Amino acid sequence: MKLRNSITALLGASLAGCSSALLDPHGPIGRQEKLILIDSTVIMLAIVIPVIIATLVFAWWFRAGNPKAKRLLDWDYSGQIEFVVWAIPALVILFLGGIAWISTHDLDPPKPIASNVAPLDIEVVSLDWKWLFIYPDAGIASVNKLVLPVGTPVRFHMTSAGVMNSFFIPQLGSQIYTMAGMATRLNLLVDDPGTYRGLSAQFSGEGFSDMTFEVSALSHQDFEQWLETTRTQGGTLDAAAYAALMRPSAKDPQHTYATVTAGIFDAILVHPGAAPTAAQIEPAVSAD
Amino acid sequence: MLGKLTWAAIPFNQPIPLVTSIILVIGIVSLLALITIKGWWSYLWNEWITSTDHKRIGVMYMVLGLVMLLRGFADALMMRAQLALAQGNATGFLPPEHYDQIFSAHGTIMIFFVAMPFVIGLMNFAVPLQLGVRDVAFPVLNSVSFWLTASGVLLVNVSLVVGEFAKTGWLVYPPLSELAYSPGVGVDYYLWSLQISGLGTLLTGINFTTTILKMRAPGMSYMRMPVFCWTALASNLLIVAAFPILTATFALLLLDRYCGFHFFTPDLGGNPMMYINLIWCWGHPEVYILILPAFGVFSEVIATFSSKPLFGYHSMVVATMAICVLSFLVWLHHFFTMGASADVNAFFGIMTMVIAVPTGVKVFNWLFTMYGGSIRFTVPIHWALGFMVTFVLGGLSGVLLAVPPADFVLHNSLFLIAHFHNVIIGGVVFGVVAGYTYWFPKAFGFTLDETLGKAVFWCWFFGFYLAFMPLYVLGIMGATRRMQHYADPSWQPYMIVALGGAVLIFIGICLMVVQLWWSIRTREQRRDLTGDPWNGRTLEWGTASPPPSWNYAVEPHVNGIDAFWAVKTKNRELHKVAESRYEAEHQPHYETIHMPKRSATGFISAFFAVFLGFGLIWHIWWLVILGIIACLAVLLRQAWDMDRDQFIDAAELEDFDRRHPGLGAQR
Repeated sequence: MKLRNSITALLGASLAGCSSALLDPHGPIGRQEKLILIDSTVIMLAIVIPVIIATLVFAWWFRAGNPKAKRLLDWDYSGQIEFVVWAIPALVILFLGGIAWISTHDLDPPKPIASNVAPLDIEVVSLDWKWLFIYPDAGIASVNKLVLPVGTPVRFHMTSAGVMNSFFIPQLGSQIYTMAGMATRLNLLVDDPGTYRGLSAQFSGEGFSDMTFEVSALSHQDFEQWLETTRTQGGTLDAAAYAALMRPSAKDPQHTYATVTAGIFDAILVHPGAAPTAAQIEPAVSAD
Repeated sequence: MLGKLTWAAIPFNQPIPLVTSIILVIGIVSLLALITIKGWWSYLWNEWITSTDHKRIGVMYMVLGLVMLLRGFADALMMRAQLALAQGNATGFLPPEHYDQIFSAHGTIMIFFVAMPFVIGLMNFAVPLQLGVRDVAFPVLNSVSFWLTASGVLLVNVSLVVGEFAKTGWLVYPPLSELAYSPGVGVDYYLWSLQISGLGTLLTGINFTTTILKMRAPGMSYMRMPVFCWTALASNLLIVAAFPILTATFALLLLDRYCGFHFFTPDLGGNPMMYINLIWCWGHPEVYILILPAFGVFSEVIATFSSKPLFGYHSMVVATMAICVLSFLVWLHHFFTMGASADVNAFFGIMTMVIAVPTGVKVFNWLFTMYGGSIRFTVPIHWALGFMVTFVLGGLSGVLLAVPPADFVLHNSLFLIAHFHNVIIGGVVFGVVAGYTYWFPKAFGFTLDETLGKAVFWCWFFGFYLAFMPLYVLGIMGATRRMQHYADPSWQPYMIVALGGAVLIFIGICLMVVQLWWSIRTREQRRDLTGDPWNGRTLEWGTASPPPSWNYAVEPHVNGIDAFWAVKTKNRELHKVAESRYEAEHQPHYETIHMPKRSATGFISAFFAVFLGFGLIWHIWWLVILGIIACLAVLLRQAWDMDRDQFIDAAELEDFDRRHPGLGAQR
């Protein structure tokens, strides 16, 4: 534990004064992933550092010009050493493998986050080159700005309008690909109010570098307030508005839609590659 | 008539590609002019271009790799310079349209046209010599392989001048690489150049697998093969198993792009996830195709310069073959974030970690090889030690990325970029340069300059740390790969340090060229007449440097591991006992040997393959038909060519041995 703290301090020092995103998580998923990152590194350093030192010491001590070194010029096998050199990495990997198995199941992105608060559903669509966030229960949508209530588990349902992207908010944790014709799921929770950086972590073409979004974490009250305000601003996200939004563009300003045609996310999902028509959105609703 | 090709394909309005193109064209034209003026064509044609000698082909692979290293590194410098500048509102000097081509070309070139030629070149040169045989199983096919690789190289470089390269990243993931999102010829250049060179690589795999399995010197059982041959066997088995997957995957994407199929489109039943699975089914074994022969080089180098046999030979062989098999069971770790279930992710994560066990065993065995040795600090051992220190760090970050929840935050970040450069530079490149320095005197009969060689090493070593440690940090700070500019000002200092590292590596590459030039200039002082400048252990050190085209006048007989070392030791003993008796008993028996003649098949078929590829890229269908007919005609001619054998007279062999008295003493 002491070693872990000092490693954290060391890493922290080397990142002093900067936004060391992954080491400064603001949600339970990111916090657990930081822990895994540091624990695994420390476990491996316990082997790697001695190996590096042994390499340098052996090479130096057994240099041709050292009269004190004892030469064993025909020595090429020792059963005991062979046993140990297989056993050491095997044991470490057994240990790390256990960590991997448990943590992969604990932190499986589609796994709901346990909480007393009812989860919030958000539908995410990656477009060339902007992000669309639909709040189906509130019936509103937002472009390039994701507003989250603090302390509420968020269930993301994600897809893409065309090429692959990866939805990633470094300070909250796990990223997951968005892919056209497929819905991927991710559960995140933000603990503290504030502004975080969101981005696409999968190269998606010319406007990729600007495919970032602002994550604004608000208290419950402020979040409700934001929903109210948004319901009064911007137009409707219907088939026509979505078709306009789908046209490739970069650096789009943040904007919102006061209303959203129900079922639009499902229609995008089942009609990949082109904007769904109004007629295609309706049956998606009835199919629900 | 010319398909999609118009004057618009030449980048007249883009200064950087235009200037590069002009320099490239001037360079090639002046090289051709120099060869013509000096009258070198017939020498080049007879001795190199049409050569079926595995050593010459190996040397040509190394030259190809070195030339493409310069090209690929120019891309790297431009990328690092762009990112050192493009913070905040600054846009740098490369617009996305150009920057995206550069990082795609950098990855493609460094893996397919630098690392692969280097590794295949070393195997070509050293494997038959180490096995104690006179050539590979299919010498003409070997020449075909090389020239097909060169065709791919040529097409990639043509894309610089005519048209564009892919703007999709080095593995051209669909849907981005589909016609709907990449309508230009860039992806077609990528696909056809890799289809052509990939065929060459597959033929190499078949050739070397056959050579190693069927053509060893008498007495060389599998467990007496030098470890480099074992790693070469593993690498070539992987080529045979993995490259057909690559060819098939690209063929499906080509059908999508050329014939309107929907294998990988998001609509009409296509599925891009299938491509991503398939490409990594090739892609992960590919990593081991590159690194295993490098491990082999280190095994040879560490044993030779520690003046000791390799520690735990059997363990090393088992570890090599374990890695060979396991490398096919880990591909999913390249996309834990694609939404597979926890069971699947955890399985592939753990399988990935399991590879660290045989790799760790190798590191420990190299340590114990040094233990009790008498280590001579030559240039190759510098690279080997630099590798051991650097590679374990790359292994650490690799195992970290294999833990799926850690990958969920590190995936596609600059941490990942730092990781794979850590293992590719610290493993493959260090191994290749160690092997190049180690076998250079064998290939040319003189050693490379030691002082310059050490300078090259330190530039690469510190340059690597300076260039990639900041990228590890940036990854932790949430910086992703392939971005052309970024907003966070705190990233910039790290980007500038990384640029400094890249410049230091560039100095190292320049010094490498200087070292080569200087060593050639002063070759008379650095001649090695014994054929054994390092006090080597394996068979190749028992023949002349450079070896004659037929390698061994008398087929060596092998009685154990480190066959040549055993002969040297035994002879020293025998000489003490009764020199005259030894001489009488060991009169070599010379026999006429059969060797293949030189062949233009490889060069001519590859020549037409370039036309075929160019025609396909630009939809010039008459050129495509011409290319296909010409390639087939060349291959049919080869099939019916009966005049392909030559015989080396026993008297000539005896005469050669007499002119190399140093060899006789060792034998």
